Amino acid sequence: MSEAISMSDARPWADPTAAPFLQIKNVTKKFGDFTSVYDVSLDIYKGEIFCLLGGSGCGKSTLLRMLSGFETPTSGQIIIDGQDQAGIAPYDRPTNMMFQSYALFPHMTVEKNIAYGLKRDGLPKAEIAKRVSDILSLVQMDGFAKRKPNQLSGGQRQRVALARSLVKKPKLLLLDEPLGALDKKLREETQFELIKIQESLGVTFVVVTHDQEEAMTLSSRIGVMTAGEIVQVGTPREIYEYPRNRFVADFIGSVNIFEGRIAEDGESHVIVASHEAGLDIYVPHSISGVIGQKVAVAVRPEKVQISKGDLGNLRNKLTGTIDEIAYMGDASVYQIRLDNGKRLRVTQTNLTRSEESTLNYGDRVNLGWDGSAGVVVTS
Amino acid sequence: MSSLPLGSRIGALLGRMGLKGRVLVIAIPTVWLLIFFLIPFLVVAKISFSVAAIARPPYLPIVEWVDGFFRISLNFGNYLFLLEDPLYVAAYLGSVKIAGVSTLIALLIGYPMAYLIARSEPDRRNLLLMLVVLPFWTSFLLRVYAWIGFLKGNGVINNLLIGIGIIDEPLVMLQTDFAVYVGIVYTYLPFMILPLYANLVKLDEAYLEASADLGARPITTFFTVTLPLSLSGIIAGCMLVFIPAVGEFVIPALLGGPDTLMIGQVLWNEFFSNRDWPIASAVAIVMLFVLVIPIMLLRWAQSASEGENQ
Repeated sequence: MSEAISMSDARPWADPTAAPFLQIKNVTKKFGDFTSVYDVSLDIYKGEIFCLLGGSGCGKSTLLRMLSGFETPTSGQIIIDGQDQAGIAPYDRPTNMMFQSYALFPHMTVEKNIAYGLKRDGLPKAEIAKRVSDILSLVQMDGFAKRKPNQLSGGQRQRVALARSLVKKPKLLLLDEPLGALDKKLREETQFELIKIQESLGVTFVVVTHDQEEAMTLSSRIGVMTAGEIVQVGTPREIYEYPRNRFVADFIGSVNIFEGRIAEDGESHVIVASHEAGLDIYVPHSISGVIGQKVAVAVRPEKVQISKGDLGNLRNKLTGTIDEIAYMGDASVYQIRLDNGKRLRVTQTNLTRSEESTLNYGDRVNLGWDGSAGVVVTS
Repeated sequence: MSSLPLGSRIGALLGRMGLKGRVLVIAIPTVWLLIFFLIPFLVVAKISFSVAAIARPPYLPIVEWVDGFFRISLNFGNYLFLLEDPLYVAAYLGSVKIAGVSTLIALLIGYPMAYLIARSEPDRRNLLLMLVVLPFWTSFLLRVYAWIGFLKGNGVINNLLIGIGIIDEPLVMLQTDFAVYVGIVYTYLPFMILPLYANLVKLDEAYLEASADLGARPITTFFTVTLPLSLSGIIAGCMLVFIPAVGEFVIPALLGGPDTLMIGQVLWNEFFSNRDWPIASAVAIVMLFVLVIPIMLLRWAQSASEGENQ
C-alpha cells in the first residue's frame, strides 16, 4: 500500500484559517424507519481527493447521492463553495458524478456522450467540439470518438465516463466506485492516472469505495464509514497507523488484536496487561485511561518479527507455533498459534530468493514487536 | 411392465426416433405454423389465381387433367381488377390511414400509461398491469357493442353532455370515422401498453440520473434519453396495433358509417355477399403484402436499434 498525496506540503485540513470547499453539516438520511446516514459532518477542502470508505450498506453511496442531489437529506445541510444546496435539483448543481455502472448512454457515440452536458449548457458548437477533443486526449481516448459504448472495453468505458463527468469542469466531482469494474492490474494503473488528471484540473474529488487499497492509493484523506456514521477521518497513514477503534483497525488492512487492561499509565507509555497475549504489552502513549480499564492493543501483522533464533532487543516478545503458511510471492503470511490458543497473523517480506522456506509448519518460533508498533484501541 | 414414469418412457421412445428435446421444442411450433398458417395461405393464394364460377366451391380449378396432361391455368385478372376498380385502392388506403392514425393515438395515450406503470412501486405494477389486461376478460364483441351505447344519439355521453348543459343537440358520433377511431384505440391500447411497459421497466434509472447530473431538465431527458432508448418498445407496440387494425372488420362494421371504407369490410363483402372467392382471395393476398413489407422494414429497424443498445 502506498500513499500518493499530492499535497504533502499543503494540508488545508490542518490549517485552521482555511475555509472548507464542501461542508456537510449534521446530515442524516432516513428511508422510512431505516437510518442510512446518521449525523455526518465533514469539511472537505479544495483540491482534495476525499474517499468515503466502508462496507456495503454503510451509507457512503447515499451520502454521495445527497451531494449530487438525487437524494434529499432528512436533516442537515450541504454547502458547496459557500452555497447551501437545499432545494437545488441535480441539473442545477455544480457537481458531476461518475456512476458506478458508468451509465454511458448506449444510443450515443463516445463523442455525443461527452458533449451531452456541454450541449445542455448551450455552448457554441465549435467550443463543444474543442472541449470534447481536449478531454478525450486527457483520458487518452482520441480516436474513439465515433464508437458506441458497447464497442469499448471496460477500461475504455471507464475513461469515457470520467471524461463525460469532467468535461463540464465541475467544482466537485463525485465518483461512485470509479474503478470497481476494472481488473486488478488495470485498476492500479488507472488509480495513478486519476490522481494525475485530478492534479492537472484541480477539481475536488469525493470518491466512494469499499476497496481500502483504492482508498489508500487515491486519497488525500479518508473518511471511514460504518452503519451510516463516520468513525474516523484522516490521511491514509493516520488511518492505518493510528486507527481510532477496533472497526477501523480491522477494516483497513489486517490486524492482531489483544484484549487486556491498563496496568500502568506512564509519562510516555502505557502497559497493557493482556491475558490473551500472556504478556504485558508496551505501547507508546496514545490514550489516557484509568488503571484497570478494559482496552485492546492492535498490532499490524507486518510489524511483528518472526524468527527461530533470538530476536534481540524488542520490547514485546512471545513464542508460538506455526500453524499455516501462505506464500504470496512478495511476502509470506504466517498463522501462529500461541500456547494459550490465541491465533496471530504475521507477514514477512520475502527478502531473499530461496526454494525452501527456513520456517515450516509446526516450527516453534519467537515473535516480537517494537515498542512503537502497537496502538491502543478502544471500543 | 416398466417402472419408469410415463413421461420418461415417451422421452426415451422419441429419443430413439432421433427427436431430442431441443428439436421438439422448435418442431412443434414449426409444424403448427405450417398447418395453420402456411397451408391456408397457399390455399388462398391458389384461389386468387382462379376464375369465379357458379359452382361448389365457387371457382374453377387451376389444375386440370386434360388429355393425359396437367393443364395449369393461372388467372391474373383478379389482381388487375383490384387496380382497375378505385374502390379497392381507396379501401386499402382508408385502412392504412385509419390504422395509422389509431396507432399514433394509441401511442400517445399508451406511452404515458406504460411509463407510469413502469415507474410505480414494484408491488403496484402487477395490479396496474392487470387493470390494463382486464378488458380482455370480457368478450371483444360485447365491448364494441357497449361503445354503441356510449356513442349513440341518446347514449351515455350525449345524455351526460346535454344533462350538464354543454350542448343542446346530441352530437353525431356513432357511424362516423370518429367512432371507429375510438373503437380501435380502445380495443388495441393494451397491445401498445404491454410491449412499451416491458421496455420501459428495463430502462436503467442510472441513465436518467446521469442525464440530470449533466444538466438536463426532466423534459430534455425524456426526449434525449428515455424516448430513444424505448424505440424498440415503440416499434413493437405500433406493430401490434397497426397490423390487426388494418384488417379490422368488426369495429368499422359496428361503429363505422357508410363512408368508413376499410379493406376488411370489402373482403367480407366479396366473400359472403358477392361470393367471388377469387377476388376476395386476391384482396387478402394483397393486404398481406401491404402489411408484410412495412413490417419487415420495422423489424429490421428494431433489430438494428436493439443491437446498438446492447
